[in-house]
Amino acid sequence: MSWIDIGPIDDVPVRGARLIKTQVGCVAVFRTAEAEVFATSDTCPHKNGPLSEGIVHDQKVTCPLHNWVFDLNTGVALGADEGQIATYPVRIEAGRILIDGDAIRQRSAA
Amino acid sequence: MKQKLVVIGAGMASGRVLEHLTDMAPDAYEITLFNAEPRGNYNRIMLSPVLSGEKTYEDIVTHDDDWYDERGITCRFGEHVIGIDREMKVVEGQNGHVPYDKLLIATGSAPFIIPVQGKDLPGVITYRDLDDTNAMIGAAANGGKAVVIGGGLLGLEAAAGLSERGMDVTVLHLMGHLMERQLDEAAGYLLRKDLEKRGITVMTRASTAAILGSDRVEGVMLEDKTVLDADLVVMAVGIRPETRLATDAGLEVGRGIGVNAQMQSLADPDVYAVGECVEYDGHLFGLVAPLYDQAKVVASSLLDGTGSFVVRDVATKLKVTGCDLFSAGDFAEGDGREDIVFRDPSRGIYKRLVIEGTRLIGAVMYGDTADGNWFFGLIKDGTDIEDMRETLIFGPAYQGGGAADPLSAVAALPLDAEICGCNGVCKGTIVEAIEDGAGDLGAVRARTKASASCGTCTGLVEQLLQVTLGDGFQMPAAQPVCGCTDLTHEDVRRLIKSQELKSQAAVWQELGWKTPNGCHVCRPAVNYYLLADWPLDYQDDPQSRFVNERKHANIQKDGTYSVVPRMWGGMTTPDELRAIADAAEKYNVPTVHVTGGQRIDLLGVKGEDLPAIWADLNAAGMVSGHAYSKGLRTVKTCVGKDHCRFGTQDSTGLGIKLEKILWGSWTPHKVKLGVSGCPRNCAEATCKDIGVVCVDSGYQIGVAGAAGMDVKETERLADVASEQEAIDLTIAFMQLFRENAKYLDRPYKWVAKVGLDWVKERVVDDLAERARLIEAFELSQSIYRKDPWAEHVAEKASRYAPLADLTLEAAE
Repeated sequence: MSWIDIGPIDDVPVRGARLIKTQVGCVAVFRTAEAEVFATSDTCPHKNGPLSEGIVHDQKVTCPLHNWVFDLNTGVALGADEGQIATYPVRIEAGRILIDGDAIRQRSAA
Repeated sequence: MKQKLVVIGAGMASGRVLEHLTDMAPDAYEITLFNAEPRGNYNRIMLSPVLSGEKTYEDIVTHDDDWYDERGITCRFGEHVIGIDREMKVVEGQNGHVPYDKLLIATGSAPFIIPVQGKDLPGVITYRDLDDTNAMIGAAANGGKAVVIGGGLLGLEAAAGLSERGMDVTVLHLMGHLMERQLDEAAGYLLRKDLEKRGITVMTRASTAAILGSDRVEGVMLEDKTVLDADLVVMAVGIRPETRLATDAGLEVGRGIGVNAQMQSLADPDVYAVGECVEYDGHLFGLVAPLYDQAKVVASSLLDGTGSFVVRDVATKLKVTGCDLFSAGDFAEGDGREDIVFRDPSRGIYKRLVIEGTRLIGAVMYGDTADGNWFFGLIKDGTDIEDMRETLIFGPAYQGGGAADPLSAVAALPLDAEICGCNGVCKGTIVEAIEDGAGDLGAVRARTKASASCGTCTGLVEQLLQVTLGDGFQMPAAQPVCGCTDLTHEDVRRLIKSQELKSQAAVWQELGWKTPNGCHVCRPAVNYYLLADWPLDYQDDPQSRFVNERKHANIQKDGTYSVVPRMWGGMTTPDELRAIADAAEKYNVPTVHVTGGQRIDLLGVKGEDLPAIWADLNAAGMVSGHAYSKGLRTVKTCVGKDHCRFGTQDSTGLGIKLEKILWGSWTPHKVKLGVSGCPRNCAEATCKDIGVVCVDSGYQIGVAGAAGMDVKETERLADVASEQEAIDLTIAFMQLFRENAKYLDRPYKWVAKVGLDWVKERVVDDLAERARLIEAFELSQSIYRKDPWAEHVAEKASRYAPLADLTLEAAE
């Protein structure tokens, strides 16, 4: 794994998200609690809604366009909808958010 | 050579046969259509809205003259059929014979007239067709007393319509409770209470002995000798199949005209029958869904002989505004049957499910019928409900665990699931129509016919609109806020006030939320309730807001945003227009649109450009138009007496004043105002949430109008003489709405629930309460009356850019 520092945790609001641009497209970084973060593809598989603009609740996000709900742990759509978004390893260290650059590169190579 | 088809009766069933027939094989038959009524096919089910004044005859015409013309159908309307000669294969009309190869009898039903003295007096009418409806409307114009005999569907709709038209109405019902064929006693009781609340007197176990009067009706006497005065008597005790022609023609007739599964007369294969005049396998038919099934079968039988009719369960809904009831299946008590009952007396909600073994066989609901069609589906499909038995009565939102969205049940339906039973429209067809641009209920109806007959599936269609279109369609029924809680919106509002809950965490904890921090449904609502009730203690939480309100711009389907600067009262200047034009060019705005709210919409702005375009607009003196918020949107004005020769007051000036006072405030749903300078009403103030019409003597203040999914004229809150009073009442109304309405209820929905009188008492009559409301509004506005764009530009601009850009690293 190669951890890349993408910024301070306080730049992401609690129960909110921010966007990062990567080679695999936009990735959403979610802060679900004071010290809990997730990273997934920003793009809803349904109609390409920007997930980083969705409402974050529990360890889930609701797409702002048509209310698909995704589990941020697995990326799997919940309830009636079927679909999955890519998830990326991410962690907090000394108040900074780190994302696994290998995971992103692997996906872009694939 | 073309075969000759003669159809007797132009009702809804035969109308549907003709639709299918001429669609499938336009040239197969030369068709002659007889109708005793001097008109073609109209939606008889919608006569009640015509009676109550919500619709006109023109609204409910199904087939107009052009329709018949285009299909080459010879219409003989207003002409009675005298007889059928089956040997010669000829139908005898009043104005001459018509030979047939195939004959379709669709004579419908006749109202049952109870054989009492006085039944033929003028002023005694039945309720069956447009002429009856018009007769009632005519009678109601003079006011007076009406007695409706019969407390079934038809009788109650007649009673509600007459009451709506100002008559003093009494309903007489023979049985112990209303609508006993569709409702059980408890639901019948709630229905009675609701009807009585709107001024209708209900007498059960009331048997009519005679109708009194000499040259016209004067009263009704009951078996117990009670005498009721009456200027109008409506007999709505039931219908029976109209079979006289068939009997005379020697066809096999029991209670109705006997047919086989191909809808062919049992006595003559060249004669078909369809609709309410039919008896099949011992069944008679009065509701529209089976009639439409029959129509399909008749059409295909007439062409190639395939298709056969199957009797299905049907669901019932009463078309009386404000009385929400639903029943389906079999709900009689019996051995081996078990009930699940849910009651909430204070909200007037009653639900009962009847279960036999592991199947749901019946459902009765009153007050909250949102889940009716889901239950109906379980009944029809014979679904095994054993696993969901414990939570079954709470509806589809509670099945399958997780934080299920109330809409997920609709979302979960397969595309071939039937939504509209009357017209056989499946989900896929409706979704396709919506995606094709049918953006509201009316458009979906026009395109697909879904919910265009009995309206039972209206809720489902609305949910489909919501699922498909996203934001903006919330069901009005009293149901839990979402899967996170069992409490309703009303409960949550009340508890936030009474328990002084001042944070979201307090709400989740004290009110026992089932999820750690809510979901996308409850969070925006709770956030609103808190900021409306505790403006100083609670801070608005952007993370509990839908993206539009968090980013102060409307997200578009491609992820770009729209930007609408405020134009106070619809007024602008060359400088503002120049600044807007400059911004549009500078940020490559692809679409510039003039909105219905008198301002300019810049569509297609990229998310990261928002702070910059706002800064430019701010620099030209403009602020956010809140075109994205559940809050004050616009105050539309006309130019008033400054320019217009008809203007009576300074409508533009008042509009600007109101907008400057109200802007920035959050409300349960969006609020739009209009101020017109005279009753010509160029600002369309009478369909706004709040609309002021200036007159010579002052200002007419209307509230609770609508011009969206529903269209509704405002109701008069008050007439006032001074501009200041007009402003005060507007503010007080806004604040009362803010303090009490359910999240996502527009004012018209809220006023319908609490009643205009309740609003008037507080806003108009009680001066102390009015003053309190204005003060509370001002307090809240001390926080919220400011430009969010300027604030975001100054403090949050960096949030609009990506947190990091890793594509640059890769390039290294």
